[in-house]
Amino acid sequence: MITIFDFRPAYPWPGVERMVADPDLEAVRSGDEAAFEALVGRYHGPLLQLATQHVRDRGVAEDVVQETWLQVLASLERFQGRSTFRTWVYGILINVARARRRRESRLLPFTSLFRREGGNGPAEDPDRFNRDGAWTTLPARWDGLPESRLLSQEALAKVSDAIAALPEKQREVILLRDVAGLSSEEVAGLLGITPANQRVRLHRARAAVRLALEDYLE
Amino acid sequence: MRCREVVELMTDYLEGALSAADRARFEEHLAGCPGCTAYLEQLRVSLRVLGALAAVPVPEAQRRELLAAFREWRTRV
Repeated sequence: MITIFDFRPAYPWPGVERMVADPDLEAVRSGDEAAFEALVGRYHGPLLQLATQHVRDRGVAEDVVQETWLQVLASLERFQGRSTFRTWVYGILINVARARRRRESRLLPFTSLFRREGGNGPAEDPDRFNRDGAWTTLPARWDGLPESRLLSQEALAKVSDAIAALPEKQREVILLRDVAGLSSEEVAGLLGITPANQRVRLHRARAAVRLALEDYLE
Repeated sequence: MRCREVVELMTDYLEGALSAADRARFEEHLAGCPGCTAYLEQLRVSLRVLGALAAVPVPEAQRRELLAAFREWRTRV
């Protein structure tokens, strides 16, 4: 299971990163086949989701994930430990996926180009609040919902669809932060955006996912 | 703080990015507001569902190919 919340600061002082143990990196370096296999299994879903947003086609996305691992193995000796191992792997995947998309761009519909980024307004529908800014109808309580319903294939499919419908910049952030479980610092660093900007995109994306679940559950 | 504003701060709150003063005001509002409390819970539930998306099995052919590549890599280093 992926950790959703990770409030550890990303190595706040220079030079320290080389001394901090990175269990994922060790899993590969150790040469232990079972450890490597477990790692590949754990990363597979997030890597595939992220690849799918660049190349769309599931089969091509699987190729992208595969090529990413091969590149990881090929360049592991040159890995400097300036970022965490997982951030490095996701960075490689993004590069592989972009290269692949460029190669196939003539064949693909660029729906995301026509999608709007969502402007600067609130993420939540203003009609849910009265003139004083209070709820008109209270949101339902979800804490009593059975796990079987919440994590059903149908619920997961709704969430997947909601993510697929997001503008690309929001989609990338929610996949890295909430599906892959990277820390907010890792996500901001990987995408070259400020932490504040990262949170704005994340908030919009989470609001869209919450709405999709509300539609499904209620 | 009003519900409309509190809702927009929820990701900052969950990410631990609010200032101490804002965090205190946020939590004070939450303590007296069942609507915002329910919404925050909904977001937390949404995060659990998002985390569950990560569980995708590796296709068998891909798994075998990667393990072969790993063994080959191991002999090289």
